[in-house]
Amino acid sequence: MATHEVTFPITDESEILKLRAGDEVTVQGHIIGIRDRTQIRIFDQGVEPPMDLRGAFLLHTAPGVRKLEDGRYEKVCIGTTTSARMVRFTEPLGERYGVRAICGKGGFPDDAIEPMRKLGMVYFAIVGGAAALETTQIEEIEEVAWEELMPECLWKFRVKDFGPLTVGIDAHGNSLYHDVQSAAHEKLKELYARL
Amino acid sequence: MSAVATDLQRAVEDAAAHLYVWALMDIPQDLRDALAEAQKRETSISGQRVLSTIMKNVGIADDEHNLVCQDTGIAVYTCRVGEHFPLHPTRIYEALKHGTERATVEHPLRSNAVHTITRENTGPNTGYRLPIVHWEFIADWDGLDVKCVPKGSGSENMSFLKMCVPADGVKGIKQFVLESIVGAGGKPCPPGIVGVGIGGSADYAMYLAKEAIARPVGTRNPDPIVAQLEEELYGLLNETGIGPMGLGGDVTVLQCHIEHADTHMTLNPVAVNYQCWAARRASAHISADGDIDFDREF
Repeated sequence: MATHEVTFPITDESEILKLRAGDEVTVQGHIIGIRDRTQIRIFDQGVEPPMDLRGAFLLHTAPGVRKLEDGRYEKVCIGTTTSARMVRFTEPLGERYGVRAICGKGGFPDDAIEPMRKLGMVYFAIVGGAAALETTQIEEIEEVAWEELMPECLWKFRVKDFGPLTVGIDAHGNSLYHDVQSAAHEKLKELYARL
Repeated sequence: MSAVATDLQRAVEDAAAHLYVWALMDIPQDLRDALAEAQKRETSISGQRVLSTIMKNVGIADDEHNLVCQDTGIAVYTCRVGEHFPLHPTRIYEALKHGTERATVEHPLRSNAVHTITRENTGPNTGYRLPIVHWEFIADWDGLDVKCVPKGSGSENMSFLKMCVPADGVKGIKQFVLESIVGAGGKPCPPGIVGVGIGGSADYAMYLAKEAIARPVGTRNPDPIVAQLEEELYGLLNETGIGPMGLGGDVTVLQCHIEHADTHMTLNPVAVNYQCWAARRASAHISADGDIDFDREF
């Protein structure tokens, strides 16, 4: 399994296509924080996001922050939430806004495999709960939109050595989650026979 | 309210405010040991990557006095109240609520509490019937033990209940626990503690499952029949191959804890409540005089 360093937002599709399920990735550049209510606003309420999402890396997060007197936000504790709740937004994020990577914890169900293959997207698995480490890798909160959804706003973070991430679903139709579930269901048959 | 009750109420509030933040920043030693042991036996590459990241994260939380995980959860407390403790549970509840609010505002902690229909934020990690308190009453004692278990949503969303029938037997219980944990996959942040509640009624089985996840890692149920089931399920769950963060591997769970209650002859309820690897938990003992001892585990 290969290791890669990728800078977001990406402009060259080959940066995504070279990644294979199981590979280790470290991310540089800018990433966008997004969550349930943010995506409900975009897709169910039809409000255009006030940030450019082309080539973007989206992080499933709702950070803990402190508001400074000048209106900016300072990080307190930033971590990652469970992705599966938000799987239905995968295809429109790629198709309408050109998002290339979605990062969260716990994985996406199989519904995400085909849109990711078709649109050249990847799912990155982060270690859920490892927020103290993740906070040190976020250098600055550069922009916050839709503050009224706090903490489920649209966030722009500048990151350094963000990871280690594991490619959970690649753009070639491979999903570690699918493979692990298939093997576990086979194993269950054997375990049940032993009970 | 008497002066004594007021001071005592303040002591309980101080204890709660401290416990909530302490639990979020400093995970217990038994959990640290279980994670280190998991790291030793995991053989998969992705599982090793996850476990070494977890260990690094725990160290950074210590060094930087930050929270281990950003999900400050819903505050759940377990109280053991001595029959002679001179503060009524209504006031203990009030103190726990104020302590939770103080911790949230002063740290500051992310506030997660929302109205369940409107989804509007209801306050600093408090609201209608929040925090959640479990009560136990102890005869011939004048103390109070408080345990704070901030419960993250990633793991709480992976809660399952099945009303097995007596004919399903213990086999039905085992199958349901196994299928629940395989179905949960990486979502509850494995490897964690699987809490199982069996017997009682539907609601009580889930309550017992929540009690089970709050025990120190690897403690065994005092009933040898139940303890044997804990051992067996622990072994079986780690054969599923779900692995750390559901990416595949040897370590799917750190432990399986079971709490049980006697039940109706026609009932066989089984509840599963998952606790993530960051199994936050902190306890304090408060004496009748208001002295707080933060080193007392229960």
